[in-house]
Amino acid sequence: MLNLIGNYSLVFALITSLILAVVSFINFKSNKSLDFNIFGAVVLQFTLICVSFFTLIFAFIYSDFNNAAVYYNSHTSKPLFYKISGTWGNHEGSLLLWVLVLSLFTLIFLFKSKKLFNSFRILTIFFQQIITSGFLFFILLLSNPFQLILPTPNEGLGLNPILQDPALAIHPPILYLGYVGSSIIFSSSLAALTCKYVNKDWAAEIKKWSLISWIFLTIGIMLGSIWAYYELGWGGFWFWDPVENVSLMPWFCLTALLHCSSVLEKRATLQSWTIILALCTFILSMSGTFLVRSGILNSVHTFANDPERGVFVLIFLTFLVLISLFLYFKFNNFESKPKSFFLSRETAIIMNNWFMMYFLAVVLVGTVYPIFLEVFTAAKISVGPPYFNQLIIPFLIPFLVLMALGTKLDWIKTKKFKLNLNRIAILILSILISFFIVRNLNTKVLFLSVLISASLYLLLISIIDLKNQKFKWSQRISHLAFSILVISIILNSIFSEEFSVNMKVGQEKIISNSTINFEKISKQEVDNYTSIKAEIEIKQNENKLIFYPELRLYKTPETITSEADIKTNLFNDNLLVVNYLKGSDYLNIRYQKKPFMFLIWFSAVMLGLGGILGLRDKLK
Amino acid sequence: MRIRLSFIFLFILVSSIALIFYKSLFEEKNYIPKNINNKIENISIKEFNTENIFFLKNLFEDEKFMAINIWASWCLPCREEHQYIKNLSRIDNLKLVGLNYKDKTKNAQKFLEDLGNPFDIILSDTDGTKSIFLGAYGVPETLILDSELKIIKKHIGPINSKIIDEIKNLTN
Amino acid sequence: MKSFKFIFFLLFCIFFNLNNVFGENAKVDEISKNLRCLICQGQSVYDSQSEFALSVKTLILIKLESGSSEKDIYDFLKSKYGDWIVYEPEFNNYTLILWILPLFLFIFGGFLIARKVIINKR
Repeated sequence: MLNLIGNYSLVFALITSLILAVVSFINFKSNKSLDFNIFGAVVLQFTLICVSFFTLIFAFIYSDFNNAAVYYNSHTSKPLFYKISGTWGNHEGSLLLWVLVLSLFTLIFLFKSKKLFNSFRILTIFFQQIITSGFLFFILLLSNPFQLILPTPNEGLGLNPILQDPALAIHPPILYLGYVGSSIIFSSSLAALTCKYVNKDWAAEIKKWSLISWIFLTIGIMLGSIWAYYELGWGGFWFWDPVENVSLMPWFCLTALLHCSSVLEKRATLQSWTIILALCTFILSMSGTFLVRSGILNSVHTFANDPERGVFVLIFLTFLVLISLFLYFKFNNFESKPKSFFLSRETAIIMNNWFMMYFLAVVLVGTVYPIFLEVFTAAKISVGPPYFNQLIIPFLIPFLVLMALGTKLDWIKTKKFKLNLNRIAILILSILISFFIVRNLNTKVLFLSVLISASLYLLLISIIDLKNQKFKWSQRISHLAFSILVISIILNSIFSEEFSVNMKVGQEKIISNSTINFEKISKQEVDNYTSIKAEIEIKQNENKLIFYPELRLYKTPETITSEADIKTNLFNDNLLVVNYLKGSDYLNIRYQKKPFMFLIWFSAVMLGLGGILGLRDKLK
Repeated sequence: MRIRLSFIFLFILVSSIALIFYKSLFEEKNYIPKNINNKIENISIKEFNTENIFFLKNLFEDEKFMAINIWASWCLPCREEHQYIKNLSRIDNLKLVGLNYKDKTKNAQKFLEDLGNPFDIILSDTDGTKSIFLGAYGVPETLILDSELKIIKKHIGPINSKIIDEIKNLTN
Repeated sequence: MKSFKFIFFLLFCIFFNLNNVFGENAKVDEISKNLRCLICQGQSVYDSQSEFALSVKTLILIKLESGSSEKDIYDFLKSKYGDWIVYEPEFNNYTLILWILPLFLFIFGGFLIARKVIINKR
């Protein structure tokens, strides 16, 4: 019964969507105003998708194994929280969530854009409905979450325990809010192109939406990293895994767009480039979904893959790209740009965009290159962290310095760009400090000291700029946050230390200056798994730390996960994780010291906060 | 004119990228190394349950080919394939070598007692490093080598009668 | 003044963390981090606890003890399992575009910007 309701409300949502597309197009052609029917239909569509989504949640809560999605991804013994998050933990449910957010955003756009040009609004709704109906078709035809299983099984297959984690439970919805937010940017830029509305008003409008997407994307990426750090137990938070890269690409594009749209807003220039960025953001989000869902990428995070689904998304994606190409070339004739001096804020922002695009290119090429190579030559290669590090880190140096200098410049023309003694003093100070930091290292001293000097310089400048009333709080906060993020990531990767040993209960080992004592082990039955807790003491000089890492043996499906024990303080994380070694009574013990982890999370949150402040300014 | 040209260029670019993605949708995603025709070093391996050490080349008597089957008692598919291994031992011209992978001697002996021992000789790879020389990465895995220790066939996973027929054809 | 305090605090922390700890086989760890595990294809050999990964680690240790260089070990494993096993793509004909394309795009972007700025200046 519930399944039928869910299924049919989706069908009706699709019909509404198609009708809306037609009606809005007719309204646009006949230059009619946005009539009440469109409002009604958008509300109706949102309600229908909501109904469908909530029936699916109910099916998960009440473990209705008649529903295939529930059967494959849930189990009666699962805690309620993970039953609910299981709704979007699988392919079908996550797509439903995607469409839900899509229709929600369409609704919000409709209500919040009343002051804007009428044709522009109608056309945005039109493009938005094309996207919505595409996704609804996809759900109904190829990934229906309301498929039935007959006869009804008694018990479900369970959710992969590695996914049973609070950060991961809320990670997909947040990331989707980011991805889908960019759909409005996409539709509205196509609309603005078509009705020649690429102006300051439009820039202010998409700035709001890009801030929304950007906030969610930033937080979403951070949650993904938090999950990887705490749950995978490898002590890393970023692996340059394809799935991670795929979320990073729209982030680079959005960051560029955020900066670029303020140029358009203030100076009415760079129209073409803003449009290109706006279109690319959504296309990259969509390609990300395509690459992940189709199983083309070989990654830790595998979704069930089915080439048919891949074909559908691919065709839809290509269709959207070609439409935007066509519209771009048809309507791309903007007025000549006002002049600006090259030492201006505009140039600084263009520089930002230049580097953002470079980072994006590295990530994009590195992620899809193996796919292309395989098609052409059948050779298989891996593109891993060394590639990304080698191409990105050296470029950080000019990027950070430019970022520190860029905020000094004024719009149009900087009249008195005199060398400020303070700033030179800060530069010298950062160079000195960085020499102190790296003097004990034995590799790449020169390179690292330059890198650290650059990031310290940016950090110090951002701290000083905090007092500068010239800038908005959002900018001050997010620039400071970014500089803290960069420097903590750099220092983290340089000063991380670790070792791994295999030990039995009761053993004691000495590794360089640490003594490891494997004290004891205890077993306990919890909810839906068996917990094996070890007690391990690590002594370094006078410091003594006792860790309680855990192994969890899940029964449905049968999996072992390792829960690291992490001792966090402001400047240092001590992390210890044990792994089960098959066929022996030894455990693999891995101890890691990771400096500045807290600062990394803190600055990522602060970065998001900067975005929220910016959004508040825009909505005022 | 220039605008139209760049449009056409981008149009073709996008379409061909889409085409490449389309093609790759149907490619095998899991990486399986293809090291057919690789020549293996003439490594020495300890015999199972004894202290004798053999060089691979010295194992040939008058056979022209050698089959190396990597197995372990803890590996369930190995139990399944064991009946087919017996068929493999009937092929003339083929030296059948078992390589016991990361196993406890006691368990391995029990395995052979329960299911029979079809191998001409069993070698032992206690730490798994010998299998790396063979380019193998799991159990069960079966390799066919010629007298120059060149890999002429490799099968990952349990073998079946179809694979046995293929091996028969190869060694004739 | 506050910022100076912060810096000194930062320095303080850094210096007291510099007592590097290394594992029993730091070199093995270093090499195995650059290798991709074949069984669990998203993980490095270092991170993986699969039988294959453990064997590879043992083999690296044996090879190191017998005097092989890091490069020898990578080459050996590449000859057995293909280029796929190393995370760092070697610079060769196959990967030429991989390494060059982003740099080319960077230069191209710089060229476009330079042209725009020069035109504006006129």
